[in-house]
Formats: sequence, C-alpha cells, structure tokens
Amino acid sequence: MTKLVLISLTALSIFPPALVAQPLDPTSPFKALGDSWPTYAGDYSSKRYSSLKQVNQSNVKNLTLAWVSRVSAGAGGGGRFGGGVPTIVGGEAPDAGSSGAQTANVRGSILEVNGVLYLSAPDNAWAVDARDGHQLWHYFWRTKGGTHIGNRGLGMWGNWLYLETPDDYLVCLDARTGKERWHKEIANFNQQYFSTMAPIAIGNHILIGTGNDLDEPGYVQARDPETGDVQWTFYTVPMKAGDAGLETWGSLDGARHGAGNVWIPGSYDPETHLYIFGTGNPSPAYTNPPSRSGDNLFTCSIVAIDVDTGKMAWYYQVNPHDTHDWDSTETPILVDGDFHGKPRKMVLHADRNGYFFTLDRLTGEHLVTGKFSEAANWVKEINANGQPIRNPEKDSTVAGSLTSPDNGGATNWPPPSYSPDTGLFYVPTNEAYSEYYLTETDPRGAMGLGGKEEDGLGTLGGYLTAIDYKTGKVAWRHRYPGTGGNLGSGMLTTAGKLLFAGDLAGNLVAYDPGDGRILWHSHLGQVSNAPETYMLDGHQYILVAAGDSLFAFTLY
Amino acid sequence: MGKRVLSLLATCALAMAVRAQTPAQSSAQAPPQTRPATTVRGGGGGFGDEFPQREKADQATVDRGKALYGVQCNFCHGSDARGGEGGPNLLRSDLVLNDKNGESIAQVVQNGRGEMPPINLTNQQVSDIAAYIHSFRVGGYDISRMTPPSILVGDAAAGEKAFQARCAGCHSPTGDLKGVASKYSNPKRLQNTFLMPRSGTPTTVTVTMPGGQRLEGRLIRIDDFTVTLAGADGLQRTIRRDGDTPKVEIHDPLKPHRDMLPTYSDTEIHNLTSYLVTLK
Repeated sequence: MTKLVLISLTALSIFPPALVAQPLDPTSPFKALGDSWPTYAGDYSSKRYSSLKQVNQSNVKNLTLAWVSRVSAGAGGGGRFGGGVPTIVGGEAPDAGSSGAQTANVRGSILEVNGVLYLSAPDNAWAVDARDGHQLWHYFWRTKGGTHIGNRGLGMWGNWLYLETPDDYLVCLDARTGKERWHKEIANFNQQYFSTMAPIAIGNHILIGTGNDLDEPGYVQARDPETGDVQWTFYTVPMKAGDAGLETWGSLDGARHGAGNVWIPGSYDPETHLYIFGTGNPSPAYTNPPSRSGDNLFTCSIVAIDVDTGKMAWYYQVNPHDTHDWDSTETPILVDGDFHGKPRKMVLHADRNGYFFTLDRLTGEHLVTGKFSEAANWVKEINANGQPIRNPEKDSTVAGSLTSPDNGGATNWPPPSYSPDTGLFYVPTNEAYSEYYLTETDPRGAMGLGGKEEDGLGTLGGYLTAIDYKTGKVAWRHRYPGTGGNLGSGMLTTAGKLLFAGDLAGNLVAYDPGDGRILWHSHLGQVSNAPETYMLDGHQYILVAAGDSLFAFTLY
Repeated sequence: MGKRVLSLLATCALAMAVRAQTPAQSSAQAPPQTRPATTVRGGGGGFGDEFPQREKADQATVDRGKALYGVQCNFCHGSDARGGEGGPNLLRSDLVLNDKNGESIAQVVQNGRGEMPPINLTNQQVSDIAAYIHSFRVGGYDISRMTPPSILVGDAAAGEKAFQARCAGCHSPTGDLKGVASKYSNPKRLQNTFLMPRSGTPTTVTVTMPGGQRLEGRLIRIDDFTVTLAGADGLQRTIRRDGDTPKVEIHDPLKPHRDMLPTYSDTEIHNLTSYLVTLK
C-alpha cells in the first residue's frame, strides 16, 4: 500500500499527469456519460447523451476553437500539428516499401480516457493529447488487402487498446506507447471477410464483429482481453441442422451463406447481462434464389445475447427477407422511461429501411413501429407483430422498380442519439430514390451484392429527424437546404440542452433538441464522425473529426 | 473544367454510397446536387476488388480440369460451379475458398462427404479440377451472366396517355422530345433520364435583401448559414443567412421531376418508357 502510493507519487513528480496515459477504469462505461468517453458510444446505453452541461443553451454562442490536430495515415506517419512522432509499424503483409503518408479519414468514435484521445482509421491508430491535440504515438498496420471502407473506432480495456483491421486481425496495443502486444486472426480473409467494427470491452470480454460481401455467415465473438483467445461465437444465421431459424431458409447451405454480418457495436444492459445489437442484410443481397426463401433469420434483426455465454435471449426481425442490402446494424439505444403510463426498459432502433422501432429490451416484445422516411415505398403491410412486410414488386426487377430508400438507406451507420430531457430520438435521414434493375435472371441468383443495377435518381432531401419513441412519429425534422440530400455524420445530445450534429455542408451545428432551432455553428468544411464531448481541468470540450483533422471546441 | 471535376466528385460520392457498409458520405459538397443519377452496373467493380484474386493456372491445366469437371462434377455442381442438381455452389464454399491447389478439395472428392460419393480421381486430376474452379472470378459485384434481353414490358398506348397527363404540360413528342429515343438508344438510360433528367438548366436562386435589393444567379452552394450564387458576370457572391433573412428562393428546374417521384407506379413508368422508345 505504502509502496504503491510512493511509486505513484514519484511518477507524479516526474511526469505531469497529463502525459501519462492511465488505464481505463472498467466500471466507467457503466456510468452515465460525462467526463470521459471510454467506449464506442460513450457509455453502454449508446444514448450519446452526456451529463455535461458547462456548455449549454445560454453560452453555446461563445463556443470557441481550442485546438486543431491533423493526423496522417500510412507508414510515413507524423502529423503536421506538433506531430512527427515515429510510426510503429505492424502487419502480416510483406513490407513492399513504405508508401509514405496517406490522407486519413476518421469516421469512427474517438475514445477519451484520462486526458488522452484514441482514434483510428483503416490500418491506423493514434493517441493524441486531449488538451492540445499533439500526437503521442501512431500505429500503422501493413495490410494484405480487403475492403477499406472505414474503421468504427477502438476498444479499450485497462491499458490495452483493440483495433480491427480490414484483413481480419484484432490488434492489441499498449495505450501508453502504441506498441503492439499481439494480433489474432478474427475472420477468414480467403472468404473475403473484412473487419471494421469498434471492439467493445465488457467485463472480461472483448466483443468483435466483421463484414462480408460474399455470402459468408455473420457472427459476434467474445475474445479474452489478455490473450485474444476465443471465448464464444454467436452466428447470426443457422450453421447446422437443428439450429434455430433454419426453417426460415430454403436450405442449410443457403443459411450458411446467408450473411447477417455485424459491423456496428451493440449496446449492453448490465442488469440483464444482455448485449443487444443489430445484424446485417441476408445474402445474396438482391436476388432471391430458392436457397434463401423465407424470412432469413436472424438477418436484419435486433438480437439480444448473454454477454457471458453468447446464447440468444430474444430477437426481433425488423426487415424479414430483405432484398435491398439494408443492414439493420444501426445502433440500438437502451432507454428506461415511461411507456403509456408505465415505466419500461426499452430499446430504440431507426433502421436503414426507413422504419423506427421501440421494443421491450427484457423480452424483445414489440411496442412501436413508426415510419420516419416519407419516401419509403417498399412495404406492402405492417403485420400484427409490427414488422414491415416487403412488396416483392419493389425488389430489383428486369423492367426496373422505383424504390426508396436507395441502397445507402433512410439512415445508416452514423450514430443516433437519445435525450431523456426531450424523450426524442435523433437520427440523420435521407429521402432518396433509386431505380433498381435485376440484371441476373439465373434462378440460382447471384453472389453477394451482384445481380442488380441501381441507378440513383436523386433525393427529396436530407434531414435531421427527431422521433418520439412512444408513438414512433416524427416530432420535428430539419431539412438541410438545397436540392441535394445525404446523411449527416451522427448525433450528440447533452444535459446542456444541446444537440450537436454535422450537417451536409461541412458545418458542426448546435441545435435546440426540443425544436431543432439553430443555436451555434462553425464551418469546418467537412464533418466525418459523430460529435463527442469530455471534461478536462474544469473545461468541457466538444470534439469532432473532419477527415484527417480533429477540431476541439471549448469555452474560455 | 471545374464543372467536370465537380460532376466527377458527385459521381464518385454517389457510387461510393452503394455498398453494403456505406462509408461516410462525402457530403460537404452535396448541395446543390447537379447530377443525381449514378450507375452501378450489374457486375464487376465494387469491394471485392480490394481482395487479391488468384493467379490463374496455365491454360492447359485449366482445360484439363474443365474436361474432368465436365465429366465428374458438372451434373451436381453446375457447369459454372455455381450449384446444380443437389450440389452446392462451389465458388463461395469455404472449403474451396481456402483451398490452394486442390489439397482440400481432394479430401472431399476422394473420400466423399454427406450425399456426395467418393470419386476415384488422382491428386493430380483433382489439382487440375481445382485450377478450373479457381479460374472463376469471385468477389466484388458478381458479374451478371444471364442478363435479360430487354427491359421493355410496358404498354405504349397507355404510356402515351400517361405522357399526356403527366408530361405534356412541359414537353412535346414533336418538339423538345423529337427523336429522344435515338438520343437515348438504351431504354434503361431513357427510363432513368425521363424520371430524373440531366438538366441543362442550372439551379438558380433569388436572394431578397431586407432593403428590397434582389440578387439572382446560379446556385453554387447553400446551407443554413450562407448562400453562394454566381451572377451574370460569373463572379461568386456569398451572402450570410440569419434564419429567414434574407429571403432565399431556390428555382430547381428538376422540381417537377422530383415532385413526381413519389407519385409513379412502376407500371406507369414502364408504359411511359414503352411509349418514349417509339419517339425515334
């Protein structure tokens, strides 16, 4: 005891505390989101609602740039803003000669733990000082290839960080130095898996998921934080005779090639030990071979599994037999609140297919279905269980079908937020149409994303949409000006009665979460991830990424 | 030049959006959207290109393998290895994807598995068959093989009626649309184009200042905070916006087309296309 105190005192006297990356307190993601940002969505509920209120409606107009930091990807490393730290290089690919610095694009969540920010892009991780943005270290992974579409962020457990790579490794780094501790293969590269998810640390589990565009089965896996060894695997599709849901496929081979990949982290309910997440689309995505006739469980579903065993507690399918590659991986948000006069534990989800759902998170019981996309036109009926049932005429057809959403979806991976102050769920939305043509008439269908041509026809607009979870109705929505449309980059709400979001024109904007009134903005040229917030030295910071740059705002 | 770069950017951004895991939208430059239509053809390209493809074996080996495959495997697994009478698609089989030169495939071929009987083939023969199976491209957007010959299924007479009701207010088959079917000889392009044309007319904007002064020009960009327009002199002006001040009116030449998107039935679209293809 005494010795420990002495050591820490010595450490303090040599290094100011800010420069020593300290381990993550494992209980911190359980707490209401506040000073730090220790996991993908800030806390396990995924509300992205911060209890911080130093920045609030009365003073947000004075929000000021604290610092800008720019990171470079690749073996060249080194940032321009006080960077220049050496790059630590790992990876299984042969060193084909350094390609020098590449432009980074930070789209994922950024962790803030004890004064240090940890961020990522495909094949890259960085530590940056949260007080002034100067770089502490940079790690670069030499890749074998695979789909480099994005990286959703890092996971943290004690002193260790976890990064998924597009060529399917889980890399464990020492958060203090950026040095690699180990890497483990988490999916089969030959089967064209690619891994983008932010790992989630819960108890003594590191939860991972992967992506795939070649009919390969999706899964969630728990790994040991110290060794990276597999603890359990939960497949999202039936893998053998007797597995639940097999009756919703045309054949076992169809189910085993049915996808349902999990590439966005889920949420965690500590009371029930349930990890609740969304699953991807069934495959082949656009064609309907007999091998995938049926509802295709458990694709396009919200699924709850026991975090210690990987056993499923319940599921609710939000898009039976999807035919448009509309993954249902969008973050489910856990909310305790009133539901028609009774307190209820719920999960809220806005789907790429244009529909919003409120479920009971203890049982998976359906409570509400709402339509938040006006343009969505693919549904024949909402069945007795609240599920939107597709109109097969809106599948890809030889003569073409005019369908909304487009493949990008009414919403997508950009994280939503929920504010208990307003009872509203905030989500970026798009009202786009495509003409979907079937180009493969082989009754066996195509593989993966093949067999169709999608021609975008434009959009009726991009919106910031606020949804009432009790009714599923849109409470208000803000239309981004202009004739185009797209999805914004994600949401943050705070106890300062503020809603932060990037718009479509490169502004970081603060809104009144009650009615969408604009209170503050700054034009950054681009906003590439969902805004976050943290508190250091008595100052609240608002943090956002803009491609290869980080912008931190505060009050002076 | 600038315009070309912009439209290229827009095309890239839209093409990028059509993927299973949709990336961050390159949204900063999104509004105003000049060219909404994008094309993702039914094959090639896409993500799988980021996975290394196999080196093709020499043609003699592939030919030997193809001949053996035709005799021994074709019936159950299909001539293209995508599955047939009872046998699964081999191209996406995890065993085949992880096989290098037939060593894993030989285990199954020579010993049988499930309903598949053992087949008397040497390691060399299986290796040749593997070379044939591995010669197919796997991944990315699967290239369509049985492509439909035509998209035309509509009733031209009904399409003409629909044209009169929907389109005749602005367009004429003997005027601006004379020969439109020759201009767009691919009916798919014609269909996409009448739904959302590539407008030759730019989106314009009128800005009325509090003092009554009016500014008009081509809309360059707009958000909640500024609007930029280019006047007749080609010079850009950016005007600050504070809520409803100044008054901003956007004139979108494609608005009638945009407004109609929610109102069509697919049958009506197909009828219109079948009529428009007659306007040679």
